[in-house]
Amino acid sequence: MKRAFPILAILTAGLLSYGLYEALVAAPTDQLQGNVYRIIYYHVPSAWTAFLMFLINFVASVTYLIRRNVKADAIAVVTAEVGVVYCTIVLVTGPLWARPVWGIWWTWDMRLTSTLVLWLIYVSYLFLRKFSSGSQTPVLAAALAIFGALDVPLVYFSIWFFRTQHPQPVIGGGGSIDPRMLHVMLLNWAAFLCFAGLVCWSRYRLEILQREVEETQALEALLDRRPQ
Amino acid sequence: MNFLYTAYAAAWIIHLVYVAHLVRRYVRLRKEIEELGK
Repeated sequence: MKRAFPILAILTAGLLSYGLYEALVAAPTDQLQGNVYRIIYYHVPSAWTAFLMFLINFVASVTYLIRRNVKADAIAVVTAEVGVVYCTIVLVTGPLWARPVWGIWWTWDMRLTSTLVLWLIYVSYLFLRKFSSGSQTPVLAAALAIFGALDVPLVYFSIWFFRTQHPQPVIGGGGSIDPRMLHVMLLNWAAFLCFAGLVCWSRYRLEILQREVEETQALEALLDRRPQ
Repeated sequence: MNFLYTAYAAAWIIHLVYVAHLVRRYVRLRKEIEELGK
């Protein structure tokens, strides 16, 4: 993987650039919304990527609680961080689309509010990981992650079960989308997944290395304190 | 169009800020490893 990383990074950069070109130039313009609809090419794939990251975080957290597997705990930290990055993109691009289309930046409807709650839960998770150093921290964080994951289906299905201002799903929700638009959306999702995969891999290595360094520092501190 | 470009710019900035944050953490960790090696 170490040798393949630069090649994969170049391919990902290429895919991201191609996705950007397709989204801004090649995709057809929406008759009702005009060009501003193109925000969905980043907004929707970011949401899907965040959901996937939180799903992996959930599986890793459950695995950690059952087996106390350190690698699973590291995967949980990494996916929570990358998930928060993509959830942030969702929360930033959403209002930028809503302002010209709805006439307001934000409304406290079910989809928007549950997404904000999801973001807050995982930000709390990251704060817990950063500022708590007790041996029980991974257990507490895993429990919090499980509660956070419960919000993901709530976010996803909120537009099905509640009356919201958010548009209905165009994929798997009875709506329809132009195949050319769907192609661009899936292309950008593939690009985001490649980027997220590479970032997760780098961040995972960093996390493992960080833990090794902390263990060594703790051991050195212990040896220094030992009476000569 | 301003909203469109702002959204895309924001998405790219968030990506880049996160990558920069990872690089900074990696550099800091490398320094810690070097200090441990001394």
